[in-house]
Amino acid sequence: MAEKEGPLTPSKPAPWNNPAVRSIAFQALAILAVGYFFYVIFQNTLTNMEKRGISTGFGFLTEPSGFGILMSLVDYSEASSYGRTFVVGLLNTLLISVLGIFFATLIGFTVGVARLSSNWLLAKIATVYIETLRNIPLLLQMFFWYFAVLAALPSPNKSIEWGGNFFLNNRGLYFPRPIFEDGSGFVGAAVVIAIAAIVLMAKWAHRRQETTGQQFHTVYVSIGILIGLPVLAYFAAGMPISLEYAALKGFNFQGGMRIIPELMALLWAISFYTAAFIAEIVRAGILAVSHGQTEAANALGLRPAPTLRLVVVPQALRVIIPPLTSQFLNLAKNSSLATAIGYPDLVAVFMGTTLNQTGQAVEIVAMTMAVYLAISLTISAFMNWYNKRKALVER
Amino acid sequence: MKKLTIALAACAVTAFTLSPLAANAATLDNVKKRGMLVCGVSTGLPGFSNPDSKNNWSGIDVDTCRAVAAAVLGDAQKVKFTPLTAKERFTALQSGEIDMLSRNTTWTHTRDTSLGINFAGVNYYDGQGFMVMKKLGVKSAKELNGASVCLQAGTTTELNLADYFREHGMKYSPITVDTSDQTIKGFEAGRCDILTSDQSQLYSLRTKLPDPNAAMVLPEIISKEPLGPVVRQGDDQWFNIVKWVLYAQINAEEMGVTSKNAEEMKSSKNPSIARLLGGDAGAKMGIGADWALQAIKQVGNYGEMFERNVGLNTPMKIARGVNALWNKGGIQYAPPVR
Ligand SMILES: N[C@@H](CCC(=O)N[C@@H](CS)C(=O)NCC(=O)O)C(=O)O
Repeated sequence: MAEKEGPLTPSKPAPWNNPAVRSIAFQALAILAVGYFFYVIFQNTLTNMEKRGISTGFGFLTEPSGFGILMSLVDYSEASSYGRTFVVGLLNTLLISVLGIFFATLIGFTVGVARLSSNWLLAKIATVYIETLRNIPLLLQMFFWYFAVLAALPSPNKSIEWGGNFFLNNRGLYFPRPIFEDGSGFVGAAVVIAIAAIVLMAKWAHRRQETTGQQFHTVYVSIGILIGLPVLAYFAAGMPISLEYAALKGFNFQGGMRIIPELMALLWAISFYTAAFIAEIVRAGILAVSHGQTEAANALGLRPAPTLRLVVVPQALRVIIPPLTSQFLNLAKNSSLATAIGYPDLVAVFMGTTLNQTGQAVEIVAMTMAVYLAISLTISAFMNWYNKRKALVER
Repeated sequence: MKKLTIALAACAVTAFTLSPLAANAATLDNVKKRGMLVCGVSTGLPGFSNPDSKNNWSGIDVDTCRAVAAAVLGDAQKVKFTPLTAKERFTALQSGEIDMLSRNTTWTHTRDTSLGINFAGVNYYDGQGFMVMKKLGVKSAKELNGASVCLQAGTTTELNLADYFREHGMKYSPITVDTSDQTIKGFEAGRCDILTSDQSQLYSLRTKLPDPNAAMVLPEIISKEPLGPVVRQGDDQWFNIVKWVLYAQINAEEMGVTSKNAEEMKSSKNPSIARLLGGDAGAKMGIGADWALQAIKQVGNYGEMFERNVGLNTPMKIARGVNALWNKGGIQYAPPVR
């Protein structure tokens, strides 16, 4: 690839001498080569599997599954297809990931701040929490919570109950299920309107404070609107929502809604565990904000809570977000341990049972990996976007 | 568990991708070269395949492997046991991780036709049953509407259960876990009302309860579960060996050849016995003439294997029932060695 040294003429170089064209060409070639490599592997795999009498292809997705699943967010029965089991597993995985991220963040921030507290006891408790939970393998914690929860809870006929509406036993937590009849739409619309109103009001209050310095009780008014509007709509529409209560029939409670112990144990284990790591990230983030900032805020007369909320945390967030993203990614992937305690996530129902009943390992493992990849990329993309918004803007 | 599954799947992919010829490679040669038979078993199921505290494995499935090792390598101890959950077992076999699978595995059409595997006979005729705590007061499976059921992932059990409840218009909620240890723990902790599995395995799991007498097995049998050893498809020689070692043990029981008398019986006047214990049957499969003799001498005939592991004098206390020989009221029947 030696370049010819010629006189400096303004004439355009030949395309193969143009660095831009060349770089694109080489990249395209590289992509083609990699693509071809995977294509060959894929074809070779299929041929070999066929030779060995192993079924291939995605036809199985439309076949009936024939097995039951403990918990499903969409309609599912034994007569549903394997494609449906995929959806059921996927939703269960998303559910635990979202709930886990929410609680882990909440607990993590609380513990992280507590560890820096000037209250000796609080700080020590936070330290013990962090050092214990992040040093015990997650799988053990899951077993611990699962069997601790099960052992602590009574059998269905001795359920702990609250006012005949809520029941807790070793089959889960039961509570009334709302039944939506005609006219429920009004209530739904009222909720949407309430939220919109709150957003507008918050904007207005913010602007007013910036211009006049007057504060507004946004929180109280928001709560009022959020509860008041839907309740008004509910009565105006003739009470279209009723409740179905759970009741003991035979072995178990029937009707109502239920949170299974597998979900509780998994959620606890995964949130507490990840929270320990998040707490350390939060602590590091807060410590990274120079103490001068706090002193300056104090000098301006800000009390400790607003100082934390308005001065320290926004600056700390810039340090916190990138490692926090990794923790969220870990959490989503760790949720696949669910299968160990029988929570029916994607790995359990799809890569477990479905794979075993159909034997189509390559297709199923590929689909499952694609799902985790997609979840992780989505979390990353969202956090990157958020990070950009929070990053230092130079004015 | 998940890691292992993924590792196995990865192995499977690599094996399928890179070794177009492995399918036809002679398992026998590999076993001989290694001087060791690698056998896939359960993670722990007393009577079938169960390790003791010194990691010595025992059980009827374990003996099925040992008999093959005795026939092929002349030594029943030359077996390496690989514990597998129900979910992992077929991938482990397909990818060549193990030479044979002997893990209370039910012979079904789907498995036989679409997994690239072959079932080499039946070493235990089983059927799916239910276990409940006595204090529940249930006497029949028909009374189980609305029950929570503990069971193991990746088994025929999952499918039969769904069929049975649907057929009888009953509802259930399945708690599906990976190992039998977890199922029994869930049952013990009261997470489920019923534990379901192959009936023999219920008796086996019951021995793991702190108080085995608190639980009982219901009379209903809801499926056919012929359990037996499995090999990879495409290696007929190995398929024949595994199949005929089991048949040799069954034939031996029928002819009254036992581990004690096998050596003397070698010079028996009965031509069938002579053919089994000497003859050219071994040569036709590419192994020694004393293949059956070693298997029977070191492991025993089918009846001995049964009684030692799951019979009436073991904690399992299972009667021969359908597993008796065909001429003794059961259905164990082996084609003749000739
Ligand atoms: N025979 C059935 C069921 C086999 C099965 O895995 N049964 C459980 C009984 S709970 C077992 O053996 N578990 C032992 C283990 O987990 O290793 C099949 O082939 O699908």
